[in-house]
Amino acid sequence: MHQKVFVTGIGLISAIGNNVRETLESVYLERSGLGYSEYLSTIFKNEIPVAEVKLSNEKLGEELGLHSSQAYTRTALLGLIAAKEAILNAQLENISDARTGLVSASSVGGMDRSELFYKEFLHDNNKGRLRNIIGHDCGDSTAKIAEYFCINGFVTTISTACSSAANSIMLGARLIKNNILDRVIVGGVDALTTFTLNGFNSLMILDRQPCRPFDETRSGLNLGEGAGFLVLESERILEKKDKKIYCEVKGYGNACDAFHQTASSPEGDGAKLAMLKALETARLSPADISYINAHGTGTPNNDLSEGKAIENVFGSSAPFFSSTKSFTGHTLGASGAIEAVLSVLAIEHNLIFPNLNFSKQMNELKIAPVNRLMKNIEVKNVLSNSFGFGGNNTSLIFSKC
Amino acid sequence: MLTTEVYINGAACISPQKTIENIGIPAEVTELNDALYLKCIEPVYKKYIDPMVSRRMSRIVKMGIYTAKSCLENSGIEDPDAIITGTGLGCIEDTEKFLSSIILNEEKLLNPTPFIQSTHNTITSQISLALKCHAYNITYAHRGLSFESALFDSLLMMNEKSAETILLGSADEITPNTFAITKRLGHWKAGNVSNLELLNSSTKGSIAGEGSSFFLLSNKPASSTFAKISSVETYSNLQDAETVKKNAISFLQNNNIGIKDVDLVLLGINGDCRFDDLYYGLTKTIFSENACAYFKHLCGEFHTASSFAMWMAANIIKQQAVPDFIKINNVQVKKIKNILIYNHYRNLSHSFILLKHAEL
Repeated sequence: MHQKVFVTGIGLISAIGNNVRETLESVYLERSGLGYSEYLSTIFKNEIPVAEVKLSNEKLGEELGLHSSQAYTRTALLGLIAAKEAILNAQLENISDARTGLVSASSVGGMDRSELFYKEFLHDNNKGRLRNIIGHDCGDSTAKIAEYFCINGFVTTISTACSSAANSIMLGARLIKNNILDRVIVGGVDALTTFTLNGFNSLMILDRQPCRPFDETRSGLNLGEGAGFLVLESERILEKKDKKIYCEVKGYGNACDAFHQTASSPEGDGAKLAMLKALETARLSPADISYINAHGTGTPNNDLSEGKAIENVFGSSAPFFSSTKSFTGHTLGASGAIEAVLSVLAIEHNLIFPNLNFSKQMNELKIAPVNRLMKNIEVKNVLSNSFGFGGNNTSLIFSKC
Repeated sequence: MLTTEVYINGAACISPQKTIENIGIPAEVTELNDALYLKCIEPVYKKYIDPMVSRRMSRIVKMGIYTAKSCLENSGIEDPDAIITGTGLGCIEDTEKFLSSIILNEEKLLNPTPFIQSTHNTITSQISLALKCHAYNITYAHRGLSFESALFDSLLMMNEKSAETILLGSADEITPNTFAITKRLGHWKAGNVSNLELLNSSTKGSIAGEGSSFFLLSNKPASSTFAKISSVETYSNLQDAETVKKNAISFLQNNNIGIKDVDLVLLGINGDCRFDDLYYGLTKTIFSENACAYFKHLCGEFHTASSFAMWMAANIIKQQAVPDFIKINNVQVKKIKNILIYNHYRNLSHSFILLKHAEL
């Protein structure tokens, strides 16, 4: 018998809030987190807007009650904050009272400190503080979270660029559905780094203005940082408990665009496949979807490809859709989880988020995103898209119980 | 725990040994001569990768694609239902290249190519691109359990019946810089050491290595079948010899196998006296009467070394012969039906993998 998978806890941190409450406040005020960076060191500090979390590493460490934040990458600190909120929110008194696992995700791991190390190491291989490099790998932040919460069972990390966290949610759901685990903490994290900022800048896809997903005048993305985590639990262990259930993880689909290392196919073939697979696992038809939280990075290529894919799946009568990246920036490996938490909040609070900065309809599309906050609207099924470099595309469906 | 039986119908490996050209275990060991670490013996890539394309690829990407395509060829499958890989550090050469250019050019006029190819999923997605394969595609990057995670996902997919064929693999590369950093972290032996001197070592550190292995998994046997994968189990905490022993026993019990039924125990002994006790704790106690062997003198230590072990084990079962150069005792076996692989990465993570003869 396949187990149903429920969301019982959520946590997130991004430029629009250090927790769920602050995030909702920003959403209601339609307040974007984009601006110039305070902590990121780059020559583009006052030129390229980013969505930075408004806390220093020291402050993040204090919030977590760590003796010193020095031994932690910003990635690990952000991950711990969001995972802690999700675990507290799910009211897990004893994390080992059920088969519990952790599946996290990241695209560049502890790069925020690796680049500090490299500045010294590059000129002399005996230099550079080793504590700045030991957290380089993607598994480091996951291991720190596992250690903090004493999770010794199934622990792993996924790295599929910008769809990393969506894939971790998908794996978590499959682990429960197949009765391998009863509870999985799933999510992802990425910190802003000079590495990624320069990477996307060298590809000439960073907008010097706040990003405008799905807008005819869009000219690129803005990077963001943060983490999102969700506690997923099986119906079996929830039967015995009277606890709050946010929604169900009903569908998931992973497909590869197999078109180009960095560009999406013109008709969004991989994106379409991922959405169709998600609908199939959820046993829903396109008409059942109330809202699509789009990947919508704001690059000319992504939004055209994704828009076409949405039209191909849903026809010209597509459901309400928007990209929340004009709020949070593109948080890369964390985006799938941050947007999953937002999708859960859409169901919980009967909201549809606005696609900030949208004003001009795209010529190639018939559909247009929601551009103002919609309240008191019943949201039954949310489709959340995450697409990454290498054509790694994943779609998730969250459903009201 | 997953105990689905899955067939290995194709296997290929690029390693510091002559493993790729003959698609099998070589007759003799390649010794490390005056090199600091075990570097892969690379093939001529043009057999599987267009030279115009491979010119821009880093070593790890070329090794991964070549191994994947070689594996598919020897399995006769062209379009797998999923591509699942693991890598500890991903495309570290391109990561270093881009990081260096940011620093040296002070963030100006950077070539995006190394950035594009620096993401951990480059190999997996390049394989899907080469195959025009739209199927499930994922990359695990979780230290010493990166390959095991990919293997676990593969078994889960077979269990779900959402795939009939899966291309499973791993790739990790070592660069002079990662070697220098991990050397400073105390991972490697001081001075020049032969890779043939790792057994019963009394000094700290191991020998660094790298490699790529790919497997074509199927829910059905074929004429090319090497072995069956019975199951994989992982642990993410510090352990002592006693716990490892208990875990080994319960892993075998869960697979309905007695200790005496294990025909070969393949261990990740890496010559680091701080960590090898966990292996000798098994060979001296519960497996003292079983044939035991090791493999890291062939491939070196790296995050996905267990995939090399699985490639070895699959070949041993297929050929029904244990090469002398991996044996650590003289226990003779007639028929090799079950091989247990135990590996740990610096006692931070541990894994057991059980392979079986396909006719069982």
